Amino acid sequence: MSDKVLLDYGSGGRASQRLVSELFLKYLGNDELNRLNDAAELDLKGRVAMSTDSFTVDPIFFPGGNIGSLAVHGTVNDVAMMGAIPRYITCGYIIEEGLPMSDLERIVAAMGEAARHAGVNVVTGDTKVVPKGAVDKIFINTTGIGEIIVDPSPSGDRARPGDVVLISGTIGDHGLTILGTREGLEFEAGVQSDSAALNHLLVKLVQELPDVHVLRDPTRGGVATTLNEIAGSSDVCVELDENALPIRPEVSGGCSILGLDPLYLANEGKFLCIVPGEYEEQALEIMRADAIGQDACRIGVVTDANPGKVVLVTQLGGKRLLNMLEGEQLPRIC
Amino acid sequence: MLNKFRDPNLSRKLLDRLGDELDGELRFMEVCGTHTVAIFQSGLRSLLPEGVVHLSGPGCPVCVTHESEVNAFLDLAGRDNVILATFGDLMRVPGNNGRNLKQAQADGARVKVVYSPFDTLKLAKENPGDTVVFIGVGFETTAPTIAATMKMAREQGIDNLQVLCFHKTVPQALIALMDDPDTRIDGFILPGHVSAIIGLEPYRFIADRYARSAVVTGFEPVDILQALVSMVEWRNQGVARVENYYTRIVPDQGNPTAMSVMYEVFEPADALWRGLGEIPGSGLEIRPEWESFDAKKSFGVTISETPPLPGCRCGQVLKGVIRPDECPLFKKVCTPAKPVGPCMVSTEGSCAAYFKYQVD
Ligand code: SF4
Ligand code: SF4
Repeated sequence: MSDKVLLDYGSGGRASQRLVSELFLKYLGNDELNRLNDAAELDLKGRVAMSTDSFTVDPIFFPGGNIGSLAVHGTVNDVAMMGAIPRYITCGYIIEEGLPMSDLERIVAAMGEAARHAGVNVVTGDTKVVPKGAVDKIFINTTGIGEIIVDPSPSGDRARPGDVVLISGTIGDHGLTILGTREGLEFEAGVQSDSAALNHLLVKLVQELPDVHVLRDPTRGGVATTLNEIAGSSDVCVELDENALPIRPEVSGGCSILGLDPLYLANEGKFLCIVPGEYEEQALEIMRADAIGQDACRIGVVTDANPGKVVLVTQLGGKRLLNMLEGEQLPRIC
Repeated sequence: MLNKFRDPNLSRKLLDRLGDELDGELRFMEVCGTHTVAIFQSGLRSLLPEGVVHLSGPGCPVCVTHESEVNAFLDLAGRDNVILATFGDLMRVPGNNGRNLKQAQADGARVKVVYSPFDTLKLAKENPGDTVVFIGVGFETTAPTIAATMKMAREQGIDNLQVLCFHKTVPQALIALMDDPDTRIDGFILPGHVSAIIGLEPYRFIADRYARSAVVTGFEPVDILQALVSMVEWRNQGVARVENYYTRIVPDQGNPTAMSVMYEVFEPADALWRGLGEIPGSGLEIRPEWESFDAKKSFGVTISETPPLPGCRCGQVLKGVIRPDECPLFKKVCTPAKPVGPCMVSTEGSCAAYFKYQVD
């Protein structure tokens, strides 16, 4: 193969076949995908959760991962948040002509490794190559499907007064890494994307706890936006304790330089978990026993004080609203 | 060092003292948008004793940019061979018909967001066939940098850079506020950044002429609380004082170098403020020696009173006569997504702060 991705590779002819067999199957291959049929045959039982997401992250390589691993983690996590075991994923690649083949290989390899680690099979996929400028380097779409193992499923409208709000780890690492890399900032060791598959821990959690009301991963829009969505659909108030928020000093430092609020930054390896107060300890124990949940803690409670709103109890003990963000969070101008 | 100024225990003690000392009402106004946000963000606003009435003043340059000034730069946008350069926060400020620079840009106007006035030098060099017009909005904090940019342009022989000068100066606005029969203010929290340039002298009149107190202070809760406690104590003692509590950043005499650069290029002039109207001597005009940089002159821009935006009560908000949530449009018609007035546009505008942080 040439050292750059050429338009030919998306033509459907020989070049495409070579790309599929020499690259995609090498890293993503499994019994189903290797059959190279027009569609995949799946073995699923009962209620099924399905989710799709497109990944357009810039930069495509960042400390802690790349767009390939991210495309698996993002979708696997979304499926798992429904109280489901993710089983299969699909992937669609849209590649800009001229992308170095070595970059593509790193991305596909990372995708394969992430899928193996998450225990899902990539069962069908698609590759398109588009002329220079039609996309920015590479976009990946993944769709995931899994079997729901609890009834009722955790859901954003099931938060109730008396529940506690838990988070599986530190806030803002992924978002700051991406924005910082884009701004050309070098961070001290320690700030890197938290991109990770959460499904194994989530499955344990929903199996061992009698009831999990809400599971959500605070990706785009961050913890603040996700909690606002939950407060809105459950018509409850989420009261966050500023003192309890787990934020790495490197992250809060980086945020204050760039004029960003970590609460609005994306996370790719964290989840929010809302459970009845009596299960708090048990939930935290399960989370902390897993490497990706070792910093888990309680960050707030659900009340009926201001339905639909997220209120932050500040370090001073005062209260203020934590609103949805208007548009995207941009590094400081003024 | 910062932690000392955020210390919750110290803040508690100060809050208690404020409550103890207070008999009656203290109406204080912070002039600067950064203070407004700090007071909300720290949760301080929700903790202040009931007698403390918090008003947000004309402290954001975006908010006080007059409707007719907005119309003037919107009018320049889209002219042939003009590139408008601006700080990002002017992009969404609506003009009289609701149009803003974002829309002008979508309609084909060349508008460039810059992070520093110095960026305009490069822009001008790269576009020799065009005139780059920088929208000069801001107080004493920004004016010196823009003056320095003009000086540099002259040194480098750049002749296609101009400034649409709408700069305003803070002390004169405070005089206008004190003279306004509608306003009632007992004390000012004075802006940190502006004061770092102009120092303490220009504010003395607050105590001397109006017998009110004012404190230059930082942006942490302890800073702000200390200023409030002092202002209550002084009032109880029957004195009025103007003090600098932000000596870690603000020298009493300000920054003479920045001031001299500023006055080398600009001279005081009357200016129109949104909501406050024309205030004598409250603006900066480009001096005749620097006329070739003056976009108002070369494009024949005239600034005259135009009617305020229908329904918008920004004027009363800026004067502290009403709170933002007392404006009938607040949260209903006027939101950060679709702002009616600039107080809702600017991230540090008082209406935006109420919208964003006020619990109910
Ligand atoms: S948004 Fe803030 S920093 Fe920008 S002009 Fe307004 S008050 Fe100043
Ligand atoms: S809420 Fe909107 S319309 Fe009312 S004063 Fe504020 S900016 Fe103007």
